[in-house]
Amino acid sequence: MAESITTDPLTPVLSATWGADRSWTLQTYEQHEGYAGLRAALRQQPGEIIDTVKESGLRGRGGAGFPTGMKWGFLPKPDGGPRYLVVNADESEPGTCKDIPLMLAAPHLLVEGVVITSFAIGCNHAFIYVRGEVVHVYRRLMQAVEEAYAAGYLGRNILGSGFDLDITVHAGAGAYICGEETALLDSLEGLRGQPRLKPPFPAVAGLYARPTVVNNVESIASVPSIIRRGPDWFKSMGTEKSTGYGIFSLSGHVTRPGQYEAPLGTTLRQLLDLAGGIREGHELKFWTPGGSSTPIFTAEHLDVPLDFEQVAAAGSMLGTRALQIFDETTCVVRATLRWTEFYAHESCGKCTPCREGTFWMKQVLRRLEAGQGTEEDLDTLLDQCDNILGRAFCALGDGATSPVMSSIKYFRDEFIAHQREGRCPFDPVASTLFAGADIQ
Amino acid sequence: MAIPAQTRERLATECRQIMARYPQRRSALLPMLHLVQSEEGYVSPDGIALCAELLDLTAAEVAAVATFYTQFKRHPNGEYTVGVCTNTLCAVMGGDAIYDSLSEHLGVGHDETTEDGKITLERIECNAACDYAPVVMVNWEFFDNQTPASAREVTDRLRAGEDVAPTRGAAKVCTFKEISRVLAGFPDGRANEGVGAGPATLEGVRLAERNGWKAPSQDGDGTQSGPSEEK
Repeated sequence: MAESITTDPLTPVLSATWGADRSWTLQTYEQHEGYAGLRAALRQQPGEIIDTVKESGLRGRGGAGFPTGMKWGFLPKPDGGPRYLVVNADESEPGTCKDIPLMLAAPHLLVEGVVITSFAIGCNHAFIYVRGEVVHVYRRLMQAVEEAYAAGYLGRNILGSGFDLDITVHAGAGAYICGEETALLDSLEGLRGQPRLKPPFPAVAGLYARPTVVNNVESIASVPSIIRRGPDWFKSMGTEKSTGYGIFSLSGHVTRPGQYEAPLGTTLRQLLDLAGGIREGHELKFWTPGGSSTPIFTAEHLDVPLDFEQVAAAGSMLGTRALQIFDETTCVVRATLRWTEFYAHESCGKCTPCREGTFWMKQVLRRLEAGQGTEEDLDTLLDQCDNILGRAFCALGDGATSPVMSSIKYFRDEFIAHQREGRCPFDPVASTLFAGADIQ
Repeated sequence: MAIPAQTRERLATECRQIMARYPQRRSALLPMLHLVQSEEGYVSPDGIALCAELLDLTAAEVAAVATFYTQFKRHPNGEYTVGVCTNTLCAVMGGDAIYDSLSEHLGVGHDETTEDGKITLERIECNAACDYAPVVMVNWEFFDNQTPASAREVTDRLRAGEDVAPTRGAAKVCTFKEISRVLAGFPDGRANEGVGAGPATLEGVRLAERNGWKAPSQDGDGTQSGPSEEK
């Protein structure tokens, strides 16, 4: 464990410059050591960079937590044909709101990470696939790429190194499934965004069937600091198997929701202290550790260290550190129904368990939420989950079962209360941001 | 609605510019659909035919893609898409109340457009701004921490032809057609407008500044390395 080294409660690295004047410009970025990591990287051999990232222990920040350096190492040996880096900037998991503010405030952090990573893996054309529903982020990314070309950080013979790289920033068009890496690749190829069968994995046959690395925005944005300050510095934060810093996104019924960059392994109790606690006069009821696809937690999990291993050991997943926090005014049945409606809406339709299963779960939950369900419906729901989990084509189907199974596990009585009372026992107004205010 | 020949020629030229961004031209299809949408306010049969012709695809193949993505409209869209996030967290925080209020105020339901052609109302899924819940997106610009009253006011001002500024975004909300053109990859020169970050984005950074909290400034060998934090 790295716990012998005491780090500060917050460790801003990625977020350090977000508050600077015109933080999104190249000028501001360069004033804060911008592209120093790239200069250091270009003096090294590509293999050394991969080794450094492996040594740092950096794990994918898009939810799955796969070791980033190892992913790069899976590419087959160069065969003279193209290899691609594709950045997954399709941030759409409910509760997840870290990559979008990062790209809005500091797009060059991502661009620098893309150049270093491309150099490391031998890629000469990288893509940033950003969801289409954030037009100002797309503007900032396009401008950052333009500025980087003009400054010689992109294009031919970058900083005299002989290395060439082009970046294409690509806007999606509204589809949660495109956050799944193979669906993203299909979408980037101009197809419907539906997942591909794996294997072959993208490392072997990805974009245009060529070797491809697909990484999350935050993962790639972490690379420049690791190159600049070394793997040991990175490992001095976090826990043994979940090293480094990460952005924790607090939303919902907290006093000061927002982005908190802290070492992995920080607990919700610690984060709530920083965020001023649950909103005044209320108490924590349930929360997601990493987005809606991660099983919910309750107040009994306040002290679970938020790293990959310990969240898993407690029965959920670290996911994207998207901490959606709900107090006692929130109806867990309503929350679960809405998430299930989301998965049914976003199911791509390719595989039967997910397409049909989410549709039927939605029907059952609607009945339960309206107070017209039966206790037997809960068994039906769990049976439906059993027929989706592990049987769907991709992780969307698995994710859809998380809120259902975990909410029944922790709040079975609340489902039954709906049936008993013949309606939802909660007042939805009480849980709003403007509860009590005269602004209807 | 037929696309005039001259417009068609310009669109074809711009579509070829889009294709040039990619090693394989079919990758241009999504941005091309954004582009044809910027001309007609939706993906029309003519727009589909143009994309099909330029990419050597059938109209059915293009339509199959266009209908998969929620941002591509199959009928003429209003000048402004007002999307209320009604995914769980925003819904609980007030998104449901905002949507109901707007629907009643505007007299339209999901994916319907007001008679004056100004506003298309939508229920949208999570738009990655949960720390600003409840969130409303107008033509894919952020309106943070909304209430039913503030959202109604935004729609009133848009219908009155006023310039309306998002919370985090350009100096004013552009039209649906203008935004569709940006999403096709043609910048509109507005990247430097608006803030870098909103207050919730900066909560952690500001708290760290006040307390002097930083990432470790030394590497594992004890070698001094420069601080990356601004003080």
